[in-house]
Amino acid sequence: MSLLEVRDLKVSFDTSDGLVQAVRGVSFTVERGKTLGIVGESGSGKSVSTQTLLGLTAGALIDGEALFEGQDLLAMSDEQLRRIRGKEIAMIFQDPLSSLHPLYKVGKQIAEMIRQHESDVSKAQARKRAIELLGMVGIPEPGQRVDDYPHQFSGGMRQRAMIAMSLALNPKLIVADEPTTALDATVQAQILDLMLRLQREFDTALIMITHDLGVIADLADDVLVMYGGKPVEHADRRSLYYRPHHPYTKGLLESIPGSTGAKTRLKPIPGQPPSLINLPTGCAFHPRCEYVMDRCVPEEPPLAAVNDKDGFPDLGHTSACWLPREAAGLSTEVERIRQEAVALGRTTGALGSTAGSTVVDAGEAK
Amino acid sequence: MSQESDVLVEIDDVYKYFPIKQGIIFKREIARVHAVDGVSLKVRRGETIGIVGESGCGKSTLARCITGLHPITKGRIVFDGQDISNLRGRALKPFHRDVQMIFQDPYGSLNPRRRVGAIIGDPFDIHGIASGAERKRRVQELMELVGLNPEHYNRFPAEFSGGQRQRIGIARALALKPKLIVCDEPVSALDVSIQAQVINLLKDLQDELGLTYVFIAHDLSVVRYVSDRVAVMYLGKIAENADGEELYENPRHPYTSALLSAASIADPDAAERRERIVLSGDVPSPIRPPSGCRFHPRCPKAQENCVDVAPDLIVRGGDTASHLTACHYPVEAAENLAVETAAIEQLSTEPTLPSA
Repeated sequence: MSLLEVRDLKVSFDTSDGLVQAVRGVSFTVERGKTLGIVGESGSGKSVSTQTLLGLTAGALIDGEALFEGQDLLAMSDEQLRRIRGKEIAMIFQDPLSSLHPLYKVGKQIAEMIRQHESDVSKAQARKRAIELLGMVGIPEPGQRVDDYPHQFSGGMRQRAMIAMSLALNPKLIVADEPTTALDATVQAQILDLMLRLQREFDTALIMITHDLGVIADLADDVLVMYGGKPVEHADRRSLYYRPHHPYTKGLLESIPGSTGAKTRLKPIPGQPPSLINLPTGCAFHPRCEYVMDRCVPEEPPLAAVNDKDGFPDLGHTSACWLPREAAGLSTEVERIRQEAVALGRTTGALGSTAGSTVVDAGEAK
Repeated sequence: MSQESDVLVEIDDVYKYFPIKQGIIFKREIARVHAVDGVSLKVRRGETIGIVGESGCGKSTLARCITGLHPITKGRIVFDGQDISNLRGRALKPFHRDVQMIFQDPYGSLNPRRRVGAIIGDPFDIHGIASGAERKRRVQELMELVGLNPEHYNRFPAEFSGGQRQRIGIARALALKPKLIVCDEPVSALDVSIQAQVINLLKDLQDELGLTYVFIAHDLSVVRYVSDRVAVMYLGKIAENADGEELYENPRHPYTSALLSAASIADPDAAERRERIVLSGDVPSPIRPPSGCRFHPRCPKAQENCVDVAPDLIVRGGDTASHLTACHYPVEAAENLAVETAAIEQLSTEPTLPSA
């Protein structure tokens, strides 16, 4: 049995502007001790889908199943969920300053969580464990720093304190929502290093949410790419980075300024992410896609297996795109397959121009 | 481009301190933040100079000194042959036409209650250049130039996405045809796919209008992509200054090496192969910076000399004339810093301020 199995999760919010479809059907599994990376732009539903699992999206309309060790998290009462949050599943948020209470000492906040879940632990014991944890995540002089307030910590130290807190009860799963986005590059390296080390030590499963494909390149076992509230590609990390199938994944990889330093023009994805109230028909990515074909507009592509290098369907690598299953990768050969498919798939010239006109005010129109 | 020796801005030994005051009626200065501490830099016409460093290293303060938003404490800034460091008030107005700034936060840098046309058109009013229909025509030209729909002239900033707002900020900066644009983290707040759009736009505008950029960012790959030359700052001082490719291929300062090794790589094999130099600790407080070389408490190569003597920013052995490094023991080509850790223990540099 997988540690966490999410099946067809749908989350929407009823607002005065209309129904916001934040997550429109996401399925994934997380195995014990493994790392799942979830990648997407703002508004892709990556944070909402994981926050929903922990009951943090109040007022949302939720549908689907999320089995954590066989129990459905979405069907639990608040009281049941409270026992799991922090103890079995811990969360690390993006902004460590606003996720720590400014008026309580850091050590007290960690100790409080321990005592909340383990009522037989005395105050002194909890404090001792808080000091140990702070030391473990690399805070110097933890015996003194345990009595500091969050504002006395630097950004990197606060994130370390958050990690210490999330590890306090030895959870089976940690959800890290952009844990290093607010930090500097050298501190980011420290934190990622720490998380990787602790994960190996405690055999914790990890869900890493990020918008930066660079952050999880050496961290994730599997990567799920989301767009417009839906997964568009799901693969093990090597397949995803070296043989991307979905044009959105390909676009994300290509819009990163090359670490090779080649001064060729960057290739951005034109246009804007879609509005979640008024989603495009068919494939949500079609207004921004350079390979858009006729069927992309009315018909939504399902997640389907992509062919591996030898031409056989690889069940571990799925992509929601109508392009041929062998069109995976960044080589010119694969590009030719894509272009041929697009030439066949477009019956009229009109489509290309309508797709272009929706992005004209934002894209490369000059 | 970088061969041109025509200097547009010359920053000569500039210092910027912020006093920390305490007291109820008689405010005494009890300490100062050494934000920029003796920086010399030349910006040549038509080039892009990138400034990288962690938060708190003084890169944004330096940018604000260049644009005249902060009066400098000590030193000299010469812009286009004119010393601007002592100009005040009205005398600065012509200078403000030539230097513009693009800010990091596309949400905070636009007034939410004013229409886009008014925001972009403001510089024309302030400098009395165009008004009425002429102003509208010019604003719409600018909107077109940066890839916005000119019909959106009457919309409010809230109706635009982050990337489009950054374009509004760029249009406003371009309105007076400045010579120099200081970009303070212009793409950090944007999604990756939108980042590339804005970077391409900035590059196109530079080619078209012959702009000079001072480009500040903490993202090394973005800086490498846009910059002709790169300066690495650490705690108010420049640690290394070289041509872009040279700096990335052949870093000499241990801090530069560490920064480069910490950058994220979107390639699993390369990311696994690389050896991260994980620096211990955080950036020390700029209120009481470490003695000697400011990087010594975190440096894997630090020796006793580094604690006492601050290294000069000069050409080190074997480097080209444009590659300056402020380090006593620069990194050699085959050296592996990843296996070493800081030799000198880091002491807390957080100062204890006398309580009020």
